[in-house]
Amino acid sequence: MSIKKTLLMSAVSMGLTAGIAAAETTITIATVNNGDMIRMQGLTADFNEKHPDIKVEWVTLEENVLRQNLTTDISTGGGAYDVMTIGTYEVPIWANNKWLVSLNEGMAADFNKEDLLPAIAGGLTVDGELYASPFYGESSMVMYRTDLMEKAGLEMPDAPTWTFIREAAAAMTDRENDINGICVRGKAGWGENMAFLTAMSNSFGARWFDEEWNAQFDSPEWAATIDFYLGMLNESGPAGAADNGFNENLALFQQGKCGMWIDATVAASFVTGADSTVADKVGFALAPDNGLGKRGNWLWAWSLAIPSSSQKQEAAKAFISWATGPAYATLVAGNEGWANVPPGTRTSLYENADYLAAAPFAQMTLDSILSADPTNPSIQPVPYTGVQFVAIPEFAGIATQTGQQFSDALAGNQTAAQALANAQELTTEEMEAAGY
Amino acid sequence: MARAITTQKKVMWTALAWAFGLTMFFPILWTFRTSFKTEAAAISDPPVWFFFDWTLENYVDVQARSNYPKALMNSIIISVGSTFLGILIAVPAAWSMAFVPGRKTKDVLLWMLSTKMLPAVGVLYPLVLLAKWLGVMDSRILLVVVLMLINLPIIVWMLYTYFREIPGEILEAARMDGAGLKAEILYVLTPMALPGIASTVLLNIILAWNEAFWTILLTTVNAAPLTSFSAPEGLFYAKLSAASMMAIAPILVMGWFSQKQLVRGLTFGAVK
Repeated sequence: MSIKKTLLMSAVSMGLTAGIAAAETTITIATVNNGDMIRMQGLTADFNEKHPDIKVEWVTLEENVLRQNLTTDISTGGGAYDVMTIGTYEVPIWANNKWLVSLNEGMAADFNKEDLLPAIAGGLTVDGELYASPFYGESSMVMYRTDLMEKAGLEMPDAPTWTFIREAAAAMTDRENDINGICVRGKAGWGENMAFLTAMSNSFGARWFDEEWNAQFDSPEWAATIDFYLGMLNESGPAGAADNGFNENLALFQQGKCGMWIDATVAASFVTGADSTVADKVGFALAPDNGLGKRGNWLWAWSLAIPSSSQKQEAAKAFISWATGPAYATLVAGNEGWANVPPGTRTSLYENADYLAAAPFAQMTLDSILSADPTNPSIQPVPYTGVQFVAIPEFAGIATQTGQQFSDALAGNQTAAQALANAQELTTEEMEAAGY
Repeated sequence: MARAITTQKKVMWTALAWAFGLTMFFPILWTFRTSFKTEAAAISDPPVWFFFDWTLENYVDVQARSNYPKALMNSIIISVGSTFLGILIAVPAAWSMAFVPGRKTKDVLLWMLSTKMLPAVGVLYPLVLLAKWLGVMDSRILLVVVLMLINLPIIVWMLYTYFREIPGEILEAARMDGAGLKAEILYVLTPMALPGIASTVLLNIILAWNEAFWTILLTTVNAAPLTSFSAPEGLFYAKLSAASMMAIAPILVMGWFSQKQLVRGLTFGAVK
């Protein structure tokens, strides 16, 4: 072949490649780093096979950094991302600001919006429009050591009361052998101790605000919640409980140092997994209640949404249809087994016999999710939505500060009454400053 | 007798220096050790010191889900680029302040330093909107310029104090010999201030390398440096440690090799 010919052919082939590259759409997806999301990145090849014209770029960030990054981008109309991973807290706020694209139209034919669990979809819907599609959903429940419960001569009911939990915790505690009856979140943060305490307060009949947006930390219901929480942890909690968040409690439970742990349903697969020294001795129960009609469990979903500033909304919808559609469960199951399918989003998953057989915690997860009601979180009327949060932009800041007060009380630096008074004062101040 | 006291003092100072050095080094040692643990061992309480099953899986995992070479290249370009751009602007500025000070020079110097006291988040939105308008979001050039602006006060201050130690008469002599401004700065001032300039460059490369606020917020895919390489790991302490070790390794090695130069420059001039 002559040099001329070679050059000509190279030029033609380069031209063709450039043509293909030009037809390709690249979407940028921002996501958090957790097991399910990492698995999704690993399965991108399947999406590429079905959509060869769409290239996917991933930006993976830690939860708090992600939140900061996405908020900056979406509020300035930056358009850097085409798909965003956001929580149940952001969806109603951002949808009301017209920052998100409705997913009611334009999704793939097999997406089947009706199949989404109503409790989860409800938190992602504003005025009848679905603004984010759940990738996985979670609630909270009691995980307990069946052997220690038996040793204490007790039997865990499927739906325990707070009084039972406190008594059982005291009975299971064995300080000499470093066994603490109860482990729950004490570390300050709106997504740490305040997620737990807000959900717990619902079951004590408390609420964050009355219908006029007045802070309610001076109510007897909040006093009862905090007194119970501090009393139970002082009696039967681990040393330094005020520093423990999800990870610390997970480690304690996995090492056999907790009798009971009330936390996210997704932890079920960790405490029964290979890293756990007590994997075969774990039982599950619904989050406790006080007989008032509300349980102390929360509701959360990591969901995929499209910012209005995205220039590639069609491709983004194709991706969300793939990642959160019913076929994704089968894809994960085929590659990594049914137990690794992202839980808590679709009714069809909980009707699947293979999944129910592979995940012993499936029914309890579903029951917990279905028992949470983000639109009516408290037994008293409230002006907000959200079970363990209040869906207003000011909440994250306020709850982090109040969380510090309660964490401080748990550490013994102030009394429950002082913490409640401070929480009331700072919440009132912040809400007034925000114009409520 | 006097000799005994000196030895005693020597031992005491040596012990104190070692204690101080080890305290400073402790977090890096802790991170290094954690990077070889499993996630469960990383958060075990009480911590296991050295007798655990060492594993390389964190390093493998971290690399599998991120593009390390690309992030490394971005870090190098951004930190070196911003520092040299800063030097280019700061040398003439520091020259004029050191050798031909005006009435307001002191005020200008203090004002420059005061910009460092502004919380970065205060200018986040204006900067993002400006970058968006110029179409330079997620580009290396944006970070080179932003980090240069952030570190410029430090660069000017350091060079200013180094230049002040150089006798003005030498520059005058050069001028008498017919040297123009360019020749004076390039051939007389710069060679004399080289140790100072070198330590300024090294310190600012380190500062730019470690900058995490702007580098994470202004980048997504194309210009993301090593700071965002370790950002995803968050709650996974072992993987976070592995990513952090990989992120600081290049600058740590550079620091070791240039230690002598850095210390000499720092103790000669500015920050003494």
